[in-house]
Amino acid sequence: MREIDIRIIEDKIAEMCIGANHFLDDDLKNCITSHLEEEPSPIAREMIESIQKNIMIAEEGVFPLCQDTGMACVFLEIGQDVHFIGGNIEDAVNEGVRRGYGDGFLRKSIVRDPLDRVNTGDNTPAYINYEIVPGDKVKITVAPKGFGSENMSRIKMLPPAAGAEGVKDFVVETVSTAGANPCPPVVIGVGIGGTFDKAALMAKKALLRPLNKSNEKEFYREMEEELLNRINELGIGPQGFGGKTTALAVNIITAPTHIAGLPVAVNVNCHVSRHKTTTI
Amino acid sequence: MSIRITEPFTKEKFKDLRAGDSVLLTGTVYTARDAAHKRITEMIERGEEPPFEIRNSIVYYVGPTPAKPGRPIGSAGPTTSYRMDAYAPKLLDLGQIAMIGKGQRSQEVMDAVTRNGAVYFAAIGGAAALMAGCVKSAEVIAFDDLGAEAVRKLYVEDLPVTVVLDSAGGNLYKEGRQAYLQSVENIK
Repeated sequence: MREIDIRIIEDKIAEMCIGANHFLDDDLKNCITSHLEEEPSPIAREMIESIQKNIMIAEEGVFPLCQDTGMACVFLEIGQDVHFIGGNIEDAVNEGVRRGYGDGFLRKSIVRDPLDRVNTGDNTPAYINYEIVPGDKVKITVAPKGFGSENMSRIKMLPPAAGAEGVKDFVVETVSTAGANPCPPVVIGVGIGGTFDKAALMAKKALLRPLNKSNEKEFYREMEEELLNRINELGIGPQGFGGKTTALAVNIITAPTHIAGLPVAVNVNCHVSRHKTTTI
Repeated sequence: MSIRITEPFTKEKFKDLRAGDSVLLTGTVYTARDAAHKRITEMIERGEEPPFEIRNSIVYYVGPTPAKPGRPIGSAGPTTSYRMDAYAPKLLDLGQIAMIGKGQRSQEVMDAVTRNGAVYFAAIGGAAALMAGCVKSAEVIAFDDLGAEAVRKLYVEDLPVTVVLDSAGGNLYKEGRQAYLQSVENIK
Protein backbone atom coordinates (compact mmCIF):
# COMPACT_ATOMS: atom_id res chain seq x y z
CA MET A 1 0.00 0.00 0.00
CA ARG A 2 1.21 3.51 -0.82
CA GLU A 3 0.22 6.55 1.16
CA ILE A 4 -0.40 9.79 -0.75
CA ASP A 5 -1.03 13.07 1.00
CA ILE A 6 -4.07 14.74 -0.50
CA ARG A 7 -2.23 18.08 -0.38
CA ILE A 8 -0.11 16.82 -3.27
CA ILE A 9 -3.29 16.22 -5.28
CA GLU A 10 -4.54 19.69 -4.34
CA ASP A 11 -1.30 21.37 -5.47
CA LYS A 12 -1.26 19.48 -8.78
CA ILE A 13 -4.87 20.36 -9.55
CA ALA A 14 -4.32 24.06 -8.82
CA GLU A 15 -1.33 24.04 -11.17
CA MET A 16 -3.15 22.08 -13.88
CA CYS A 17 -6.20 24.40 -13.87
CA ILE A 18 -3.89 27.29 -14.73
CA GLY A 19 -1.80 25.26 -17.18
CA ALA A 20 -4.75 23.86 -19.10
CA ASN A 21 -6.22 27.33 -19.55
CA HIS A 22 -3.04 28.77 -21.08
CA PHE A 23 -1.24 25.97 -22.90
CA LEU A 24 -2.61 23.55 -25.49
CA ASP A 25 -0.97 20.21 -26.22
CA ASP A 26 1.15 19.75 -29.35
CA ASP A 27 -1.21 17.16 -30.87
CA LEU A 28 -3.96 19.81 -31.02
CA LYS A 29 -1.66 22.55 -32.29
CA ASN A 30 -0.29 20.25 -35.01
CA CYS A 31 -3.82 19.21 -35.95
CA ILE A 32 -4.84 22.86 -36.37
CA THR A 33 -1.79 23.49 -38.58
CA SER A 34 -2.50 20.52 -40.82
CA HIS A 35 -6.13 21.61 -41.27
CA LEU A 36 -4.96 25.12 -42.16
CA GLU A 37 -2.83 23.64 -44.93
CA GLU A 38 -5.87 21.90 -46.40
CA GLU A 39 -8.31 24.80 -46.01
CA PRO A 40 -9.25 26.35 -49.37
CA SER A 41 -11.51 29.18 -48.12
CA PRO A 42 -9.71 32.52 -47.54
CA ILE A 43 -12.00 33.67 -44.69
CA ALA A 44 -11.65 30.26 -43.06
CA ARG A 45 -7.85 30.45 -43.31
CA GLU A 46 -7.95 33.89 -41.75
CA MET A 47 -9.96 32.53 -38.80
CA ILE A 48 -7.59 29.58 -38.26
CA GLU A 49 -4.62 31.96 -38.34
CA SER A 50 -6.32 34.11 -35.68
CA ILE A 51 -6.84 30.99 -33.58
CA GLN A 52 -3.12 30.19 -33.90
CA LYS A 53 -2.24 33.76 -32.92
CA ASN A 54 -4.51 33.42 -29.90
CA ILE A 55 -2.67 30.26 -28.84
CA MET A 56 0.67 32.10 -29.03
CA ILE A 57 -0.61 35.03 -26.95
CA ALA A 58 -2.04 32.68 -24.30
CA GLU A 59 1.34 30.92 -24.06
CA GLU A 60 2.83 34.15 -22.72
CA GLY A 61 0.86 33.26 -19.59
CA VAL A 62 -1.00 36.56 -19.14
CA PHE A 63 -4.33 35.88 -20.82
CA PRO A 64 -6.18 32.54 -20.74
CA LEU A 65 -6.99 30.99 -24.14
CA CYS A 66 -10.72 31.66 -23.72
CA GLN A 67 -12.71 33.86 -21.35
CA ASP A 68 -14.86 30.81 -20.60
CA THR A 69 -12.28 29.06 -18.45
CA GLY A 70 -14.80 26.32 -18.01
CA MET A 71 -16.24 23.99 -15.46
CA ALA A 72 -13.32 22.05 -14.01
CA CYS A 73 -13.80 18.41 -15.03
CA VAL A 74 -11.41 16.28 -13.00
CA PHE A 75 -10.77 12.63 -13.77
CA LEU A 76 -9.00 10.57 -11.13
CA GLU A 77 -7.72 7.09 -11.89
CA ILE A 78 -6.81 5.79 -8.45
CA GLY A 79 -4.65 2.72 -8.01
CA GLN A 80 -6.33 0.25 -5.67
CA ASP A 81 -3.16 0.11 -3.54
CA VAL A 82 -3.27 3.83 -2.79
CA HIS A 83 -4.32 5.16 0.60
CA PHE A 84 -5.05 8.88 0.77
CA ILE A 85 -4.00 10.63 3.96
CA GLY A 86 -4.46 14.15 5.29
CA GLY A 87 -8.16 14.59 4.61
CA ASN A 88 -10.96 14.08 2.16
CA ILE A 89 -10.05 13.64 -1.53
CA GLU A 90 -13.12 15.51 -2.76
CA ASP A 91 -12.24 18.51 -0.59
CA ALA A 92 -8.69 18.41 -1.92
CA VAL A 93 -9.87 18.49 -5.53
CA ASN A 94 -12.20 21.41 -4.85
CA GLU A 95 -9.54 23.28 -2.91
CA GLY A 96 -7.15 22.80 -5.83
CA VAL A 97 -9.75 24.18 -8.23
CA ARG A 98 -10.50 27.11 -5.88
CA ARG A 99 -6.79 28.00 -5.68
CA GLY A 100 -6.10 27.49 -9.37
CA TYR A 101 -9.02 29.64 -10.50
CA GLY A 102 -8.22 32.30 -7.89
CA ASP A 103 -4.42 32.49 -8.29
CA GLY A 104 -4.68 32.12 -12.08
CA PHE A 105 -7.20 34.95 -12.54
CA LEU A 106 -9.54 32.49 -14.24
CA ARG A 107 -13.26 33.15 -14.60
CA LYS A 108 -15.61 31.80 -11.96
CA SER A 109 -18.44 30.28 -13.95
CA ILE A 110 -20.24 27.92 -11.54
CA VAL A 111 -23.67 28.60 -10.03
CA ARG A 112 -24.69 26.80 -6.81
CA ASP A 113 -28.08 25.71 -8.10
CA PRO A 114 -29.21 25.22 -11.72
CA LEU A 115 -32.33 27.32 -11.12
CA ASP A 116 -31.52 29.94 -8.49
CA ARG A 117 -28.24 30.61 -10.34
CA VAL A 118 -26.13 32.25 -7.65
CA ASN A 119 -22.43 32.15 -8.54
CA THR A 120 -20.32 30.22 -6.00
CA GLY A 121 -17.53 32.74 -6.60
CA ASP A 122 -14.63 30.27 -6.74
CA ASN A 123 -15.53 27.95 -9.63
CA THR A 124 -16.29 25.05 -7.31
CA PRO A 125 -17.56 22.46 -7.11
CA ALA A 126 -15.63 20.62 -9.79
CA TYR A 127 -17.14 17.74 -11.73
CA ILE A 128 -15.17 14.75 -10.43
CA ASN A 129 -15.02 11.29 -11.94
CA TYR A 130 -13.33 8.52 -9.95
CA GLU A 131 -12.09 5.26 -11.36
CA ILE A 132 -10.35 2.50 -9.43
CA VAL A 133 -7.55 0.83 -11.37
CA PRO A 134 -4.80 -1.69 -10.52
CA GLY A 135 -1.52 -0.38 -9.08
CA ASP A 136 -0.36 2.27 -6.61
CA LYS A 137 -0.42 5.41 -8.76
CA VAL A 138 -2.93 8.22 -9.20
CA LYS A 139 -3.51 9.65 -12.66
CA ILE A 140 -5.09 13.09 -12.60
CA THR A 141 -6.64 14.78 -15.62
CA VAL A 142 -8.01 18.30 -15.47
CA ALA A 143 -10.19 19.29 -18.43
CA PRO A 144 -11.80 22.74 -18.09
CA LYS A 145 -14.96 22.54 -20.22
CA GLY A 146 -16.53 25.58 -21.83
CA PHE A 147 -20.29 25.61 -22.10
CA GLY A 148 -20.72 27.26 -25.51
CA SER A 149 -19.80 23.87 -26.91
CA GLU A 150 -21.17 21.81 -23.99
CA ASN A 151 -24.62 23.27 -24.74
CA MET A 152 -24.45 21.87 -28.28
CA SER A 153 -23.86 18.30 -27.03
CA ARG A 154 -26.62 15.68 -27.35
CA ILE A 155 -27.53 12.15 -26.39
CA LYS A 156 -29.96 9.75 -28.01
CA MET A 157 -31.15 6.25 -27.23
CA LEU A 158 -31.28 4.75 -30.71
CA PRO A 159 -33.00 1.46 -31.47
CA PRO A 160 -30.43 -1.26 -32.30
CA ALA A 161 -31.87 -1.43 -35.82
CA ALA A 162 -30.53 2.09 -36.46
CA GLY A 163 -27.05 0.49 -36.60
CA ALA A 164 -23.85 2.24 -37.66
CA GLU A 165 -25.70 4.47 -40.13
CA GLY A 166 -28.06 5.70 -37.42
CA VAL A 167 -25.13 6.50 -35.16
CA LYS A 168 -23.25 8.38 -37.89
CA ASP A 169 -26.32 10.35 -38.96
CA PHE A 170 -26.93 11.45 -35.36
CA VAL A 171 -23.34 12.65 -34.95
CA VAL A 172 -23.34 14.60 -38.22
CA GLU A 173 -26.79 16.05 -37.51
CA THR A 174 -25.61 17.21 -34.07
CA VAL A 175 -22.67 19.13 -35.56
CA SER A 176 -24.82 20.51 -38.38
CA THR A 177 -27.49 21.78 -35.99
CA ALA A 178 -24.84 23.36 -33.75
CA GLY A 179 -23.55 25.40 -36.70
CA ALA A 180 -21.56 28.43 -35.57
CA ASN A 181 -22.57 28.20 -31.89
CA PRO A 182 -19.84 25.94 -30.43
CA CYS A 183 -16.94 27.99 -31.94
CA PRO A 184 -15.90 25.70 -34.79
CA PRO A 185 -13.55 24.14 -35.69
CA VAL A 186 -14.74 21.66 -33.08
CA VAL A 187 -13.42 18.44 -31.61
CA ILE A 188 -16.09 15.76 -31.34
CA GLY A 189 -16.19 13.08 -28.63
CA VAL A 190 -18.58 10.21 -29.27
CA GLY A 191 -19.67 7.54 -26.78
CA ILE A 192 -21.49 4.53 -28.20
CA GLY A 193 -23.06 1.79 -26.05
CA GLY A 194 -23.13 1.33 -22.28
CA THR A 195 -26.05 2.94 -20.48
CA PHE A 196 -27.60 6.42 -20.85
CA ASP A 197 -25.07 7.98 -18.46
CA LYS A 198 -22.11 5.83 -19.49
CA ALA A 199 -22.48 6.93 -23.12
CA ALA A 200 -22.20 10.57 -22.05
CA LEU A 201 -19.15 9.87 -19.88
CA MET A 202 -17.45 8.01 -22.74
CA ALA A 203 -18.14 10.94 -25.08
CA LYS A 204 -16.46 13.31 -22.62
CA LYS A 205 -13.50 10.95 -22.11
CA ALA A 206 -13.14 10.62 -25.89
CA LEU A 207 -12.27 14.34 -25.97
CA LEU A 208 -9.20 13.57 -23.84
CA ARG A 209 -7.64 11.19 -26.37
CA PRO A 210 -4.70 12.74 -28.27
CA LEU A 211 -5.78 13.85 -31.74
CA ASN A 212 -2.90 12.06 -33.43
CA LYS A 213 -4.14 8.71 -32.11
CA SER A 214 -6.98 6.86 -33.81
CA ASN A 215 -9.30 4.23 -32.41
CA GLU A 216 -7.58 0.88 -31.85
CA LYS A 217 -10.34 -1.02 -33.63
CA GLU A 218 -10.26 -0.77 -37.40
CA PHE A 219 -14.06 -0.57 -37.67
CA TYR A 220 -14.21 2.48 -35.40
CA ARG A 221 -11.06 4.03 -36.87
CA GLU A 222 -12.80 4.01 -40.23
CA MET A 223 -15.95 5.41 -38.64
CA GLU A 224 -13.93 8.28 -37.12
CA GLU A 225 -12.43 9.08 -40.51
CA GLU A 226 -15.77 8.87 -42.29
CA LEU A 227 -17.43 11.09 -39.70
CA LEU A 228 -14.67 13.70 -39.93
CA ASN A 229 -15.02 13.74 -43.73
CA ARG A 230 -18.81 14.01 -43.62
CA ILE A 231 -18.66 16.81 -41.03
CA ASN A 232 -16.11 18.69 -43.09
CA GLU A 233 -18.39 18.47 -46.11
CA LEU A 234 -21.11 20.43 -44.25
CA GLY A 235 -19.46 23.74 -45.23
CA ILE A 236 -19.92 25.39 -41.79
CA GLY A 237 -16.20 26.16 -41.49
CA PRO A 238 -14.25 28.00 -38.78
CA GLN A 239 -16.58 30.29 -36.79
CA GLY A 240 -19.40 29.24 -39.12
CA PHE A 241 -18.29 31.67 -41.85
CA GLY A 242 -18.05 28.88 -44.44
CA GLY A 243 -15.16 26.55 -45.16
CA LYS A 244 -13.87 23.02 -44.93
CA THR A 245 -12.56 22.94 -41.37
CA THR A 246 -15.72 22.44 -39.30
CA ALA A 247 -14.16 19.72 -37.14
CA LEU A 248 -10.53 18.98 -36.28
CA ALA A 249 -11.09 15.39 -35.14
CA VAL A 250 -13.69 12.81 -34.15
CA ASN A 251 -12.83 10.45 -31.29
CA ILE A 252 -15.02 7.46 -30.47
CA ILE A 253 -15.17 5.30 -27.35
CA THR A 254 -17.46 2.27 -27.17
CA ALA A 255 -18.71 -0.11 -24.48
CA PRO A 256 -20.86 -3.24 -24.30
CA THR A 257 -24.56 -2.45 -24.08
CA HIS A 258 -27.98 -4.07 -23.59
CA ILE A 259 -29.69 -6.22 -26.26
CA ALA A 260 -32.47 -3.63 -26.50
CA GLY A 261 -30.37 -0.48 -26.74
CA LEU A 262 -27.93 1.63 -28.74
CA PRO A 263 -27.09 4.76 -26.71
CA VAL A 264 -25.12 7.45 -28.55
CA ALA A 265 -23.72 10.57 -26.94
CA VAL A 266 -21.97 13.41 -28.74
CA ASN A 267 -19.87 15.77 -26.63
CA VAL A 268 -18.90 18.86 -28.61
CA ASN A 269 -15.75 20.79 -27.75
CA CYS A 270 -14.46 23.95 -29.39
CA HIS A 271 -10.98 24.32 -30.87
CA VAL A 272 -9.71 25.16 -27.36
CA SER A 273 -9.76 21.47 -26.42
CA ARG A 274 -7.99 21.82 -23.06
CA HIS A 275 -6.74 19.11 -20.76
CA LYS A 276 -3.68 18.35 -18.68
CA THR A 277 -2.72 14.98 -17.24
CA THR A 278 -0.18 14.01 -14.62
CA THR A 279 0.59 10.82 -12.73
CA ILE A 280 1.70 10.70 -9.11
CA MET B 1 -9.28 44.64 -46.16
CA SER B 2 -10.92 45.65 -42.92
CA ILE B 3 -13.25 48.63 -42.60
CA ARG B 4 -12.33 50.92 -39.69
CA ILE B 5 -15.24 52.44 -37.75
CA THR B 6 -14.60 54.90 -34.94
CA GLU B 7 -17.02 56.47 -32.46
CA PRO B 8 -19.34 58.31 -32.25
CA PHE B 9 -21.30 55.31 -33.51
CA THR B 10 -24.31 56.20 -35.62
CA LYS B 11 -26.60 54.11 -37.81
CA GLU B 12 -25.31 56.12 -40.78
CA LYS B 13 -21.80 54.63 -40.30
CA PHE B 14 -23.14 51.08 -40.15
CA LYS B 15 -25.82 51.09 -42.84
CA ASP B 16 -23.60 50.07 -45.75
CA LEU B 17 -21.94 47.17 -43.95
CA ARG B 18 -22.71 43.81 -45.50
CA ALA B 19 -22.51 40.22 -44.24
CA GLY B 20 -18.92 39.03 -44.51
CA ASP B 21 -17.29 42.46 -44.10
CA SER B 22 -14.34 42.57 -41.68
CA VAL B 23 -14.58 45.56 -39.37
CA LEU B 24 -12.21 47.09 -36.81
CA LEU B 25 -14.19 48.93 -34.13
CA THR B 26 -12.76 51.74 -32.03
CA GLY B 27 -14.81 53.32 -29.27
CA THR B 28 -17.09 52.52 -26.36
CA VAL B 29 -18.95 49.22 -26.16
CA TYR B 30 -20.94 47.83 -23.22
CA THR B 31 -20.76 44.25 -22.00
CA ALA B 32 -23.85 42.28 -21.06
CA ARG B 33 -24.78 38.60 -20.96
CA ASP B 34 -28.16 36.99 -20.26
CA ALA B 35 -28.34 37.85 -16.54
CA ALA B 36 -27.62 41.54 -17.25
CA HIS B 37 -30.01 41.60 -20.22
CA LYS B 38 -32.78 40.30 -17.98
CA ARG B 39 -32.20 43.09 -15.45
CA ILE B 40 -31.86 45.81 -18.09
CA THR B 41 -35.11 44.72 -19.72
CA GLU B 42 -36.89 44.71 -16.34
CA MET B 43 -35.56 48.21 -15.57
CA ILE B 44 -36.87 49.50 -18.90
CA GLU B 45 -40.25 47.88 -18.25
CA ARG B 46 -40.45 49.57 -14.84
CA GLY B 47 -39.65 52.89 -16.51
CA GLU B 48 -36.21 53.17 -14.88
CA GLU B 49 -33.04 54.43 -16.58
CA PRO B 50 -30.91 51.50 -17.83
CA PRO B 51 -27.18 51.50 -16.87
CA PHE B 52 -26.22 52.97 -20.26
CA GLU B 53 -28.08 54.78 -22.99
CA ILE B 54 -29.48 52.11 -25.31
CA ARG B 55 -29.82 54.44 -28.31
CA ASN B 56 -26.74 54.22 -30.56
CA SER B 57 -25.08 51.75 -28.19
CA ILE B 58 -23.06 48.69 -29.10
CA VAL B 59 -23.38 45.68 -26.80
CA TYR B 60 -20.69 43.01 -26.55
CA TYR B 61 -21.86 39.63 -25.23
CA VAL B 62 -18.88 38.79 -23.04
CA GLY B 63 -18.02 37.71 -19.52
CA PRO B 64 -14.28 38.39 -19.27
CA THR B 65 -11.77 36.67 -17.01
CA PRO B 66 -10.57 38.78 -14.05
CA ALA B 67 -7.97 41.43 -14.91
CA LYS B 68 -4.45 40.76 -13.70
CA PRO B 69 -2.75 43.63 -11.84
CA GLY B 70 -1.92 46.48 -14.21
CA ARG B 71 -4.25 45.24 -16.96
CA PRO B 72 -7.66 46.70 -17.81
CA ILE B 73 -9.26 43.29 -18.40
CA GLY B 74 -8.61 39.58 -18.74
CA SER B 75 -9.46 37.42 -21.74
CA ALA B 76 -12.53 38.76 -23.51
CA GLY B 77 -14.03 36.68 -26.31
CA PRO B 78 -17.70 36.46 -27.28
CA THR B 79 -20.27 34.22 -25.62
CA THR B 80 -23.00 32.44 -27.60
CA SER B 81 -25.61 34.98 -28.67
CA TYR B 82 -28.83 32.95 -28.81
CA ARG B 83 -29.17 33.25 -25.03
CA MET B 84 -29.81 36.97 -25.55
CA ASP B 85 -32.40 36.44 -28.34
CA ALA B 86 -35.32 36.95 -25.96
CA TYR B 87 -34.09 40.44 -25.07
CA ALA B 88 -32.35 41.73 -28.22
CA PRO B 89 -35.35 42.79 -30.38
CA LYS B 90 -36.61 45.18 -27.67
CA LEU B 91 -33.18 46.84 -27.34
CA LEU B 92 -32.82 47.14 -31.12
CA ASP B 93 -36.25 48.77 -31.28
CA LEU B 94 -35.00 51.26 -28.68
CA GLY B 95 -32.16 52.22 -31.01
CA GLN B 96 -29.27 49.90 -30.16
CA ILE B 97 -26.99 49.93 -33.21
CA ALA B 98 -25.05 46.71 -32.96
CA MET B 99 -24.50 43.48 -31.07
CA ILE B 100 -21.21 41.58 -30.90
CA GLY B 101 -21.34 37.86 -30.11
CA LYS B 102 -21.13 34.54 -31.91
CA GLY B 103 -23.56 32.01 -33.28
CA GLN B 104 -26.99 31.90 -34.88
CA ARG B 105 -29.84 34.28 -33.96
CA SER B 106 -33.61 33.77 -33.95
CA GLN B 107 -35.90 34.97 -36.73
CA GLU B 108 -37.16 37.66 -34.32
CA VAL B 109 -33.63 39.06 -33.94
CA MET B 110 -32.99 38.90 -37.69
CA ASP B 111 -36.24 40.79 -38.31
CA ALA B 112 -35.34 43.40 -35.67
CA VAL B 113 -31.91 43.92 -37.30
CA THR B 114 -33.41 44.71 -40.71
CA ARG B 115 -36.35 46.66 -39.27
CA ASN B 116 -34.00 48.97 -37.37
CA GLY B 117 -31.03 49.13 -39.73
CA ALA B 118 -28.83 47.49 -37.10
CA VAL B 119 -25.89 45.07 -37.37
CA TYR B 120 -24.95 41.78 -35.71
CA PHE B 121 -21.21 41.20 -35.57
CA ALA B 122 -19.35 38.01 -34.70
CA ALA B 123 -16.11 38.23 -32.78
CA ILE B 124 -13.80 35.22 -32.96
CA GLY B 125 -15.09 32.62 -30.51
CA GLY B 126 -12.30 31.12 -28.47
CA ALA B 127 -9.74 33.75 -29.45
CA ALA B 128 -10.22 35.65 -26.23
CA ALA B 129 -6.55 36.32 -25.46
CA LEU B 130 -6.16 37.92 -28.89
CA MET B 131 -9.10 40.26 -28.29
CA ALA B 132 -8.11 41.18 -24.73
CA GLY B 133 -5.33 43.33 -26.17
CA CYS B 134 -7.92 45.50 -27.99
CA VAL B 135 -9.56 46.53 -24.72
CA LYS B 136 -7.85 49.69 -23.48
CA SER B 137 -10.06 50.41 -20.49
CA ALA B 138 -12.82 48.65 -18.58
CA GLU B 139 -15.08 49.83 -15.80
CA VAL B 140 -17.98 48.04 -14.09
CA ILE B 141 -20.98 50.37 -14.34
CA ALA B 142 -23.79 48.11 -13.06
CA PHE B 143 -24.68 44.80 -11.41
CA ASP B 144 -21.33 44.26 -9.69
CA ASP B 145 -22.88 41.30 -7.86
CA LEU B 146 -22.98 39.40 -11.16
CA GLY B 147 -19.16 39.13 -11.22
CA ALA B 148 -18.04 38.23 -14.75
CA GLU B 149 -21.58 39.00 -15.90
CA ALA B 150 -21.62 42.60 -14.62
CA VAL B 151 -22.17 45.41 -17.12
CA ARG B 152 -18.85 46.94 -18.11
CA LYS B 153 -18.06 50.02 -20.16
CA LEU B 154 -15.15 49.10 -22.42
CA TYR B 155 -13.05 51.30 -24.64
CA VAL B 156 -11.82 49.15 -27.52
CA GLU B 157 -9.27 49.88 -30.20
CA ASP B 158 -9.45 48.06 -33.52
CA LEU B 159 -11.58 45.24 -32.13
CA PRO B 160 -11.77 42.73 -35.03
CA VAL B 161 -15.33 41.68 -35.83
CA THR B 162 -17.14 40.27 -38.85
CA VAL B 163 -20.60 41.30 -40.05
CA VAL B 164 -22.98 38.33 -39.76
CA LEU B 165 -26.41 40.00 -40.04
CA ASP B 166 -26.72 43.26 -41.96
CA SER B 167 -29.48 45.82 -42.37
CA ALA B 168 -30.31 44.50 -45.85
CA GLY B 169 -31.12 41.02 -44.56
CA GLY B 170 -27.75 39.43 -45.33
CA ASN B 171 -26.69 36.46 -43.17
CA LEU B 172 -23.07 35.31 -43.30
CA TYR B 173 -23.77 31.98 -41.59
CA LYS B 174 -26.16 31.08 -44.41
CA GLU B 175 -24.34 32.74 -47.30
CA GLY B 176 -20.82 31.75 -46.22
CA ARG B 177 -21.76 28.11 -46.01
CA GLN B 178 -23.55 28.22 -49.38
CA ALA B 179 -20.65 30.04 -51.05
CA TYR B 180 -18.15 27.49 -49.77
CA LEU B 181 -20.28 24.54 -50.86
CA GLN B 182 -20.79 26.18 -54.26
CA SER B 183 -17.02 26.68 -54.67
CA VAL B 184 -16.44 22.98 -53.91
CA GLU B 185 -19.16 22.07 -56.39
CA ASN B 186 -17.49 24.21 -59.07
CA ILE B 187 -14.15 22.41 -58.66
CA LYS B 188 -15.80 18.96 -59.08
